[in-house]
Amino acid sequence: MSASSATEHSSPRLDSRIPPGALADKWQRHQNALRLVSPANRRRFEIIVVGSGLAGASAAAALAEMGYRVRCITFHDSPRRAHSVSAQGGINAAKDYGNDSDSIERLFQDTIKGGDFRAREANVYRLAEVANSIIDHCVAQGVPFNRDYGGLLDVRSFGGAQVARTFYTRGQTGQQLLLGAYQALMRQVDRGQVTLHPRTEMLDLVLHDGQARGVVCRDLLSGQINSYSGHAVVLASGGYANVYYLTTNAKACNSTALWRAHRRGAFMANPCFTQIHPTCIPPASEQQGKLTLMSESLRNDGRVWVPQAAGDKRPPNEIPESERDYFLERKYPAFGNLAPRDISSRAAKEVVDEGRGVGPSGVGVYLDLADSIARLGKRAIAERYGNLFEMYQMITGEDPWQVPMRIYPAPHYTMGGLWVDYNLMSTIPGLFVIGEANFSDHGANRLGASALMQGLADGYFILPSTLTDYLAGHLGEQPPATDHPAFQQTQRDVAERLDRLHNINGSRSADSFHRQLGKLMWEGCGMAREATQLRELQENIGALRQEFYKDLAVPGSASGVNQELEKAARVEDFFELAELMVRDALEREESCGGHFRVEHQSSGGEALRDDSRFAHVTAWEYRGAEQPAAQHHEQLSFEHASLQERSYK
Amino acid sequence: MRFTLQVWRQSGPESPGEFVEYEAADISADSSFLEMLDVVNERLSSSGQEPIHFDHDCREGICGACGLMINGHPHGPIAGITTCQLHMRHFSDGQRIIIEPWRAAAFPVIKDLVVDRTALDRIIAAGGYASVNTGGAPDANSLPVAKEDSERAMDAATCIGCGACVAACPNAAAQLFTAAKATHLALLPQGQAERQQRARAMVAQMEAEGFGYCTNHGECQAACPKGVSMDNIAFLNYDFRKAWLEALSSR
Repeated sequence: MSASSATEHSSPRLDSRIPPGALADKWQRHQNALRLVSPANRRRFEIIVVGSGLAGASAAAALAEMGYRVRCITFHDSPRRAHSVSAQGGINAAKDYGNDSDSIERLFQDTIKGGDFRAREANVYRLAEVANSIIDHCVAQGVPFNRDYGGLLDVRSFGGAQVARTFYTRGQTGQQLLLGAYQALMRQVDRGQVTLHPRTEMLDLVLHDGQARGVVCRDLLSGQINSYSGHAVVLASGGYANVYYLTTNAKACNSTALWRAHRRGAFMANPCFTQIHPTCIPPASEQQGKLTLMSESLRNDGRVWVPQAAGDKRPPNEIPESERDYFLERKYPAFGNLAPRDISSRAAKEVVDEGRGVGPSGVGVYLDLADSIARLGKRAIAERYGNLFEMYQMITGEDPWQVPMRIYPAPHYTMGGLWVDYNLMSTIPGLFVIGEANFSDHGANRLGASALMQGLADGYFILPSTLTDYLAGHLGEQPPATDHPAFQQTQRDVAERLDRLHNINGSRSADSFHRQLGKLMWEGCGMAREATQLRELQENIGALRQEFYKDLAVPGSASGVNQELEKAARVEDFFELAELMVRDALEREESCGGHFRVEHQSSGGEALRDDSRFAHVTAWEYRGAEQPAAQHHEQLSFEHASLQERSYK
Repeated sequence: MRFTLQVWRQSGPESPGEFVEYEAADISADSSFLEMLDVVNERLSSSGQEPIHFDHDCREGICGACGLMINGHPHGPIAGITTCQLHMRHFSDGQRIIIEPWRAAAFPVIKDLVVDRTALDRIIAAGGYASVNTGGAPDANSLPVAKEDSERAMDAATCIGCGACVAACPNAAAQLFTAAKATHLALLPQGQAERQQRARAMVAQMEAEGFGYCTNHGECQAACPKGVSMDNIAFLNYDFRKAWLEALSSR
């Protein structure tokens, strides 16, 4: 399929089901039109939720509260460990408690612009609309948000916004919101409304009559392959940035649930959209297994700089003010250090590429809080970010009260994901996808404090309405039992796949392949991409994958606990996903958000979007291992927001 | 750097375990403790041997998954951090390091250094929440919370459920974990409605799980990577006694 044109229409396979009417009325009108299931009938439905992070736990709890029977599957030992727990900065809402003229409209405008106009307008508006209810609900749960001295909620500002609308609990907002959702979930477990399956990994999706009817899982303790059936399946399995190996994601984050659903027919949208977060601690050694993020909130009080001269290796305190380059303040005076993540990341890469990077490896820039410490006092800064200072010192061995922190961009959050319509349903009927696992709300870039917002908006407020509408059409139906041939066949497929990986009997660990794949991806399909490099990358991934099938080592037995087998299956999926990401990056011949195509830039080096050809979502259809995936487009129409040049100057 | 590791290996809950010695060579001082184990494991798996199983995930000190007894200290010799935040620069070159799983009757060993901590989830399920259904909550600012209260609640709520308190306690008590959650909610107006019921239900569950009794040794507080204070235990005891006495007098 060729590149789209300005008059392109969406593929008929991608019915976004955006309700008609004015943007501000769409969600309310839609809710009024959605079908209901009466309280007495809800217990007849069984729903499978995969994942227990902000999206999964909140969805499972909310659905159980309504009276549905819910099965929640998580590969963690406890739902409380889902990676949402690590989100630090905060959660946005348009409460205007800051009296700085905030409104739903402004939160919408900032979010759609932040995503570089590659998100679906109706979804983003709805997100802004329900955000206030999230804060209300979480406060009612007892989430200890920061308060001011009058006892009211405190707010701070985040990248990409000129108002203070971010609610936070110190530097552990994700943790507290997740614990709120987890507690709500455990309450339903105690009531018997939710059956929890910890240490259980979804390895495939079961379809019957073209509808999602269940999942096949591996019990990570016994090694047994088990199936669960239900009226609908909700994937809340998070993002896939770990394809890059060194990322800010937790070690176990993976793409398997998404990828297996994709192979069963769910379209994968905008896979190349990966957010590169600007404030990560740079890698220190070859043995590094994971990168750690410093909260973006530090940019409220921190100034980002490098020496003006290339190769200046003096310690930071010996570089006088006049020989420093505060490059974000210089290039983006209106937003300065609070420029959005994609802009800040690219600016950091540029100065490092110019040879002005800092630290032992030369890959890093300073995040300097000295001015703020002098202005506000150590106590005020410690109150805001104390835990982050300790964390930094522990990891690097440097005292950030004495020397500036060093940061560098790293893969963080994936904006791409399974394609969903306005009801959050994928192209497979009965398969819903929420939170980071879907593609819909963040476009080509994600603003800070919007991921927690989306996870909880989807789980607490949106999915319960839209899933109910779907279930209302299936009242009286009994999903096939797990001894049905559809389940038996999928179960056999899973067992055969694991056996195949286990029996390669090579000499290289899954991790070693993963590390090499990640390096290739970071270099060829990271912050800056270019056609020749991407084609070369395709070949390199292909060659490495062949090697994987020849030389993978999975010691131990397939029954019982086997962490190497878990990793091997995940790495196999990362290989296939990486190939699709590269293909998607090649097709998108424009620069937008965190996705920078070197061939498409302005004379000033800024990202050059091409709205006439690329104001669309690319959704990929799996057509088997032998054929390349087919491309479908959902044309994005902007009735309310104007497609403006994204300037933060 | 180079280390000699004495690692507890146990193939399953019912199998006997034993210490096995491994050499960890060519380790960067900048590596974390878990990265050091990654290096050892990588060498084990590429030579066809089963790697050492351990729980870990976020590696940012917040998920609570990792937890190793290192030379007799939960999360190692440095106070106030999790194992994933412990770096090898804190050890001396050539040092012998003993690595064991959490030991407690309520935390059965699953494999090697991995233990089953689901008992902690069941304590939360027994009452560690504010019963509020989604939808219909009043405006968040309709109920002011004094800054001091929200800060104290947050100090308690910061518990990551790693289980180091249980592993450190000579009685394998889960008082610090349970008290942290009960106190977090009891300090906020949102947690008042079920305050006494919560204290009783959580304590009852804790006992049913086979955790030991608290005898105020204070090892829990010393081992807690998040600095959760024993004051919370006093707070829970107060609420529990009050609830118990009121239940008694209403009989």
